[in-house]
Amino acid sequence: MTQKTTTPALETRGLTIRFGGHVAVNNVSCRFSPGTLTAIVGPNGAGKTTYFNLVSGQLRASAGEVLVEGEDVTNLAPSARAHRGLGRAFQLTNLFPQLTALENVRLAVQSRADAGWSLFKVWNSRRDLIEKAEAILERVRLADKRHVAPKTLSHGDQRKLEVALLIAMEPKVFMFDEPTAGMSVDEVPTVLELIHDIKQRGDATVLLVEHKMDVVRSLADRIVVLHNGTLVADGDPATVIASPVVQEAYLGVEVRP
Amino acid sequence: MTATPAIPASFDEARPRGGLLAGLLSSDMPRSRALSFILIAIVLVLALTPFLFSGSQPLSTAAKICVFIVLVASYDLLLGYSGIVSFAHTMFFGIGGYGIAIGLEKLGADWGSAAIGLVAALCTSAILAIAIGLLSLRVRAIFFSMITLAVASAMAVLASQMSGITGGEDGLSFQLPYALRPAFRPFAEPVFGVMINGRIVAYYLLFFVAMGMFLLMLRIVNSPFGRVLQAIRENEFRAEALGYRVVAYRTAASVISALAATVAGALLALWLRYNGPDTTLSFAIMIDILLMVVIGGMGTMYGAIIGAALFVLAQSYLQVLMEAGSKALAGIPLLPNLIHPDRWLLWLGALFVISVYAFPGGIVGRLRQGKRN
Ligand SMILES: Nc1ncnc2c1ncn2[C@@H]1O[C@H](COP(=O)(O)OP(=O)(O)O)[C@@H](O)[C@H]1O
Ligand SMILES: [Mg+2]
Repeated sequence: MTQKTTTPALETRGLTIRFGGHVAVNNVSCRFSPGTLTAIVGPNGAGKTTYFNLVSGQLRASAGEVLVEGEDVTNLAPSARAHRGLGRAFQLTNLFPQLTALENVRLAVQSRADAGWSLFKVWNSRRDLIEKAEAILERVRLADKRHVAPKTLSHGDQRKLEVALLIAMEPKVFMFDEPTAGMSVDEVPTVLELIHDIKQRGDATVLLVEHKMDVVRSLADRIVVLHNGTLVADGDPATVIASPVVQEAYLGVEVRP
Repeated sequence: MTATPAIPASFDEARPRGGLLAGLLSSDMPRSRALSFILIAIVLVLALTPFLFSGSQPLSTAAKICVFIVLVASYDLLLGYSGIVSFAHTMFFGIGGYGIAIGLEKLGADWGSAAIGLVAALCTSAILAIAIGLLSLRVRAIFFSMITLAVASAMAVLASQMSGITGGEDGLSFQLPYALRPAFRPFAEPVFGVMINGRIVAYYLLFFVAMGMFLLMLRIVNSPFGRVLQAIRENEFRAEALGYRVVAYRTAASVISALAATVAGALLALWLRYNGPDTTLSFAIMIDILLMVVIGGMGTMYGAIIGAALFVLAQSYLQVLMEAGSKALAGIPLLPNLIHPDRWLLWLGALFVISVYAFPGGIVGRLRQGKRN
């Protein structure tokens, strides 16, 4: 019952979006408490990415609300939601392809520092922003690639840079959308360590879309299952994974009535 | 059109630079010896034109180069740095010209009238740029371009219709403040063998304002704000997700670019003592600006200096050169016709196609690349 007394870091109420006749996210109500890591699972096409897009504002909901620390952000643009503390990493790598890795991260740091509207200073006079960006590149093990543009980085390094941008935003709510997808086996632990690290560091709220069940089991405090856009299960990892609905929705096992 | 990457990946741009020059150039150095040499040469020749050449033609050509450096740099800020394709740039150029022309013609030939005209023009441009930006920068890029084209055409029609104010198709001729008139003599004696007159004073006014405007724009594209513009050009979706309000940044870029174009128009009107649809508003000038940006190198700022100098020189002297060539080849069939002075734009077009094909990053891009190899 302690959950009721603290305001959730993020809450969605009846969140719904239709594409034509197809309901991609259907009436999803969910609260995410500060300091927790929630895994969002579900088969391909379940609506996980679409749910993220509704929360961070890339898509406008057909119905429902998004609240950050109790404040309604449903009508805000993605940039405004970012400043309210919603940070988003993308499933399909989404970077500034021709700018250097350092500049990619520095831009995120600069946004966090609200320094974009400075017109008459030279950008590199803000040493603090550059140093912070360098420290983050160090953290994601990309320090040696700081001058390389993402378009020439390997897929794994692009994924790490995607994580670096999210870290640089210093959000209250971190939203990871399949951060390890397509990574080589030896690169995966780096990213998982980073997520673990974020969780350990304090009251960050983490939403993680992830397919690998062992990863989910080891990192998540809670699992939410989406199926055909509907929230079908929600609870602690052991219970949810064992539940019949997950066996059907996620593992494709038929559930007998 | 994809803009060239502003920074070659191997270049450590984050290393802080000290010194007056780095400060003046906003730490965005030419980064190529050949480029530095060409830039210094152009600026030196422009600075010394009144002392190097006699007659009014070279001075007019140099003045035009100064004006176009500002105009082209302001368009590069929009196209090269922000990735915005606008066809309304000559409209702002024209507003600047009309501001000065109407001010000096209606209110009398003094500095106060010029200032009032310029401020009124700047306000008009800012309001128009904000309106176009807010109304249409949200929509798809192609629609934005078409809206700018429509607004610019409407304004051109308006300018030629309202002949009571703008002089219609004939434009407006006017007197300059006394210090800029040919009769004005600030010094009794010649300076370095040249008698300084109001024309030369006017030229230096243009030169210093143009250099100041260029350095200011160079600063803006290298500011934290300028970096956001480049991020938006690369991936507006991601820039928005990081927390940058894309519409606001784009609108701001449009306004800055429009104001600079307005100043360029004011300078041209001051130089010509005239403003009319053909000198500032025509669509042909819009094409010239595009050519100059692309030939010089999009998203480089320095490309504006090279593009403007090259293009204006070609415009002024290619015809003369071709006429001479045409006469020399008079006996031969076809050839004299081919290099007839009237064909100069055809040749310039051919030159343009070849240069875009050979150096997609423009001259500046090519020179910087050469340095790395
Ligand atoms: N912009 C869109 N237009 C139409 N349909 C969409 C759009 N985005 C997602 N969808 C549909 O919504 C459903 C959920 O997709 P998505 O959220 O990407 O699934 P997941 O991330 O769980 O694999 C899919 O059927 C997809 O085709
Ligand atoms: Mg997905």
